[in-house]
Amino acid sequence: MEDEFEGTFDTEGVIKKFMFVNRKAPYGTIYALESLETVLISAAFEQDTSVAFVDDGVYQLKKGQDTTGINMKNFSPTYRALEGYDVEKLYVEKESLEARGLTEDDLVVDVEVLSAEELSELMDEQDVVLSA
Amino acid sequence: MAYQIEGKTIEHDEEGYITNINEWTSDLAGIIAKDEGIDMTDEHWEVVNFLRDYYNEYQIAPAVRVLVKAIKKKFGPEKGSNKYLYELFPYGPAKQACKIAGLPKPTGCV
Amino acid sequence: MMHTVNKSPFERNVLDSCLRLAKKGSVILLYEDAVYAAAAGTTATDTVKAASNEYSFYVLGPDLAARGITEDQVVDGVNVVDYGGFVDLVVEHGPVQSWL
Repeated sequence: MEDEFEGTFDTEGVIKKFMFVNRKAPYGTIYALESLETVLISAAFEQDTSVAFVDDGVYQLKKGQDTTGINMKNFSPTYRALEGYDVEKLYVEKESLEARGLTEDDLVVDVEVLSAEELSELMDEQDVVLSA
Repeated sequence: MAYQIEGKTIEHDEEGYITNINEWTSDLAGIIAKDEGIDMTDEHWEVVNFLRDYYNEYQIAPAVRVLVKAIKKKFGPEKGSNKYLYELFPYGPAKQACKIAGLPKPTGCV
Repeated sequence: MMHTVNKSPFERNVLDSCLRLAKKGSVILLYEDAVYAAAAGTTATDTVKAASNEYSFYVLGPDLAARGITEDQVVDGVNVVDYGGFVDLVVEHGPVQSWL
């Protein structure tokens, strides 16, 4: 209910660096969807949020998902809403993409592809890291 | 719990959000709006239709902050404001308008 | 005997265990996150390709589609089946060992 009023989550100028690290494929477990919902909710706090996709987490962003046959909600379009929530820093680990035969063109959103080494640096700079 | 419309029964949860988004019709929107004490005008429809388009594209109902920003982008600053949207939907544009639009409660709205 | 696997080959070693222990010639069906093993061009592709000479390999179509993998991206030697096909395989080749 609080998000109906702008400023309720005003943290008085204290902006922390939050990183969500997604490591799970989208439909076999509930982790990917739960993590996405957490990102959307936390966007109300207006922190410096970034989302990283590594390991099977890169599959969350795969184009062409059609879940009609398995009776589950296809939540891949929701990643495209993140920009409107001011969550614009999306990172994908290069090694994870390559191991799965994927390229940036296979993904539903624009991302920055980072090597494990670059991502490791970025993770180390965070105030809070939430991994799922 | 259900809405009755032309002999059809449309289930909703304890807060009035319909359970199956595919059962929504504009007539149903009118009935939900009436329950909410809202007389639907073109301006109300503009927001409700916008929300339905947003849901179709992103598969979520937007948080109010995001809705205001998106409306501002599409219809200009006069309509893209908290004040304008709260005048149309006094109990909250995201919650009340989403209910009328047949969408789930906005993500992040606990 | 029929074996089913439902875990991603990149996250768990279930497929490896199945391939080590399943008797040659038996049926293996990949479903849920295991369908990623059936996609061509991954680090699991060689394993699946080699195994498809020793086993009858199947993958569940609706789980492929959900994950954005088209049938022409499936490794050669792996057959796509729908839910009906899954049931037929169980009827014909059961009992089923589920590798979870």
